[in-house]
Amino acid sequence: MLEQQLLNALTLGSVYALFALGFTLVFGVLAVINLSHGAVFMVGSYAALALVTHFDAPLWLAILGAMLISGTIGLLVDVLILKPLRARNAPHLIPMIATIGVGIMLTSAAQGMFGAEVLRFPEETLPAGEFIVGNVHVRALELAIVAIAFILMAVLFTLIKRTQLGRALRAIAESPKAAWLLGINVEGLFHVTSFVAAALGGVAGVLIGLDFNAITPQMGQPILHKGIAVIILGGMGDIRGALIGGLFLGFAEVISKAYLSSQMGDAVAFGLLFLILLVRPSGLFGRKLERKA
Amino acid sequence: MEWFNDFWSTYSTLVFSVGVHALLALSIWLTLSCGLLSLANAAFMGIGAYVSALLTLQLGWSFPAVLLAGGLAPALVALIIGAPVLRLSGVYLAMATLAFGEVVRITVLNLEITGGPEGLNGIPLLTEGWHIALILALTLYGLARLRRSKVGRAFEAIKEDEVAARLMGIDVDRYKLLAFVLGAVIAGVAGALNAHFTFFISPREYGFENAVDIITMAVLGGTANLIGPVLGASIITLLPELLRSLHDFRSFVNGAVLVLVVLFLPKGIWDPRRFRGWLQRVKGGRA
Amino acid sequence: MSDPTLLSIRNVGKHFGGLHVLQDVSFEVPAGSIYGLIGPNGAGKTTVFNLVTGLLEPSNGTIEFMGNSLVGLPPQRITHRGIARTFQNIRIFKEMSLLENVMVGMHDHLNYSPAAIFFNTGACRSAEKRARERAFELLSWVGLEHKSDMLADNLSYGDQRKLEFARALATEPKLLLLDEPVAGMNPSEKTILMEEIRNIRDRGYGVFMIEHDMRFVMGLCDRIAVLNFGRIIAEGTPDEVRNNPDVIEAYLGKEDEA
Repeated sequence: MLEQQLLNALTLGSVYALFALGFTLVFGVLAVINLSHGAVFMVGSYAALALVTHFDAPLWLAILGAMLISGTIGLLVDVLILKPLRARNAPHLIPMIATIGVGIMLTSAAQGMFGAEVLRFPEETLPAGEFIVGNVHVRALELAIVAIAFILMAVLFTLIKRTQLGRALRAIAESPKAAWLLGINVEGLFHVTSFVAAALGGVAGVLIGLDFNAITPQMGQPILHKGIAVIILGGMGDIRGALIGGLFLGFAEVISKAYLSSQMGDAVAFGLLFLILLVRPSGLFGRKLERKA
Repeated sequence: MEWFNDFWSTYSTLVFSVGVHALLALSIWLTLSCGLLSLANAAFMGIGAYVSALLTLQLGWSFPAVLLAGGLAPALVALIIGAPVLRLSGVYLAMATLAFGEVVRITVLNLEITGGPEGLNGIPLLTEGWHIALILALTLYGLARLRRSKVGRAFEAIKEDEVAARLMGIDVDRYKLLAFVLGAVIAGVAGALNAHFTFFISPREYGFENAVDIITMAVLGGTANLIGPVLGASIITLLPELLRSLHDFRSFVNGAVLVLVVLFLPKGIWDPRRFRGWLQRVKGGRA
Repeated sequence: MSDPTLLSIRNVGKHFGGLHVLQDVSFEVPAGSIYGLIGPNGAGKTTVFNLVTGLLEPSNGTIEFMGNSLVGLPPQRITHRGIARTFQNIRIFKEMSLLENVMVGMHDHLNYSPAAIFFNTGACRSAEKRARERAFELLSWVGLEHKSDMLADNLSYGDQRKLEFARALATEPKLLLLDEPVAGMNPSEKTILMEEIRNIRDRGYGVFMIEHDMRFVMGLCDRIAVLNFGRIIAEGTPDEVRNNPDVIEAYLGKEDEA
């Protein structure tokens, strides 16, 4: 029984991590808490569903398409909204509120287009198959979810740790001004970051949509809260922390739901978060991140 | 008077809501005026609502006493969590107060006495129009007085430059706590008033979305003075009603308004500085 | 002169990790005089101000003001004791009017209660009225009275310095710390400010300033300390300092080349 729960936890945790990774990337590089990230996640889910049902796209193509669509939304938000706010040096509350507006617009648009009811992927489009390892039932779908999440995260990590692009991003995270003085195209990288982060959010949306096979316009809200929890836990702007935090939250949630009441688990999680913030605002796994103006 | 009775029976709840939302927007205005980005005010409202409703239902306290308790209970909580929480600044404070809000919401969701997810039903309808009007007027008056006093100037100074404020002899930590606690009192009273005209309260009314709504009202209206939050609260409350014909897309307009205001009216809709700029341009043209 | 010592700094050191910013710094600022602290960039001058005003705590040594230790006190308590300062990179409250800026400086001296604020009592009204009049007086003293209702953000650089100066005086200090007061000012403004600073001294205040403008410092200060690489290398009257070979080598020599 425990092994089965651990597998569920791994599946859930890897999607949380993927979601939180985009969230924390935007915070680390752009210094914006992007509260539309949950809605972008939801858009990814609907995009994949529409591609599968209306255009008979195979699942892998639908996932790519969902990444492209949600990434484009992220890019548009940066170019049309966040960029002008940066240009006038708006205090950090302002971009956050703008992204709330974006979130409301996306959620409402999805509801208008697809209705408020729960939509599902057609059964035949999901990867079928199930095998038994020891006493654990492993669905091929879960395996695919974990694999996709970890591959994407591995790609992102390599990108950030090993490439010129990654070094530039880290320089911006330290100080955008200094990075700019070094000749880094800061604005361009803000756009790239916004695209990549939203694309990751979108994939996470597809994966959750597949895992639970339930898509609603409101599905972005709870995951947004969890994303916030994860980046607090992992240290805001810390991508390694987002990975660990995401997995941790996945495990904490599954285990507490299995052994405690489902709601009290959330209370414990947020209570813990609250305490962590008081004692260590930089997060449990995060290094101290003080951004110089 | 016939038309008024018709109007009132249809729209009294809406008018009440405008008043309560105005109080909430003013509560966040107060904390923002001290530079504190707090997302705890929805939770403070919830504490006020539950404490007051329970006192009415279980102990049968009189309404004024209930309102008072509705204000004091969240103030006490704010006082306790204030000292550690207010050491944080900027987004960290926002996140900590957000986590606090979730703790409150989930606790209420799980307690026996608060009725769990079903909430509390059958709260007597004790709130009358003049209660809200009076409390709103008192709040506006009190805040207006505060703005023009050394306290208001201290808040503003802390918001602009904490270090400089300290060096002016201002005890920054104490004043931050004061803003936080007073904000909690106003939000709590708003919650108590709200609970006694909606008949029913549940945890979902005091979550993250509501915290965000409250901030949105203040920022939309403008935080330069007290008119802004009241205006913002009225718009956010009335807009969905006005857009009823748009059905599913009405909250889309809500979101779009928010984005457009943030982009094109950086200081909110009511921005005396912009007005003054116009005035000066007119004067300058004449001189 | 038998003026009592206002500020006394003894064997003060400050290090951040392994980096020693100040080492064994000692000097005394007497009442009723203008004291200058000079030295090349990065010598640790502003750190001295930050230690005195409580923004930093010394790693060792003592700082006393009128015989009482300041070490460990928060900045607002130190302001309360009678020390005010201005900043090298001006820190006025930009979104407030000039009058409000100066009135913030009077915070400590307005003693009405919260109830008095709410009920707008006579005591509160008259205290506010007096404060406004005093603020206006201070503004006219620095020549900004005609701009009292303007937002501070709209002031020119030189005017912002003057405003900060008036705001510091509003705290009713016994010792005024000025961090590069004439930076960005034109010669005639400098002359006026010099007069104003003398005025302040003659009223019995102590003035302690950091300044790069040598002519200004030499012409104005009664005594000068020279800081180089975190150590005091000379202390005395302007003439003594000017002729000190260490100072010439460490500081004035370079200044001449530039």
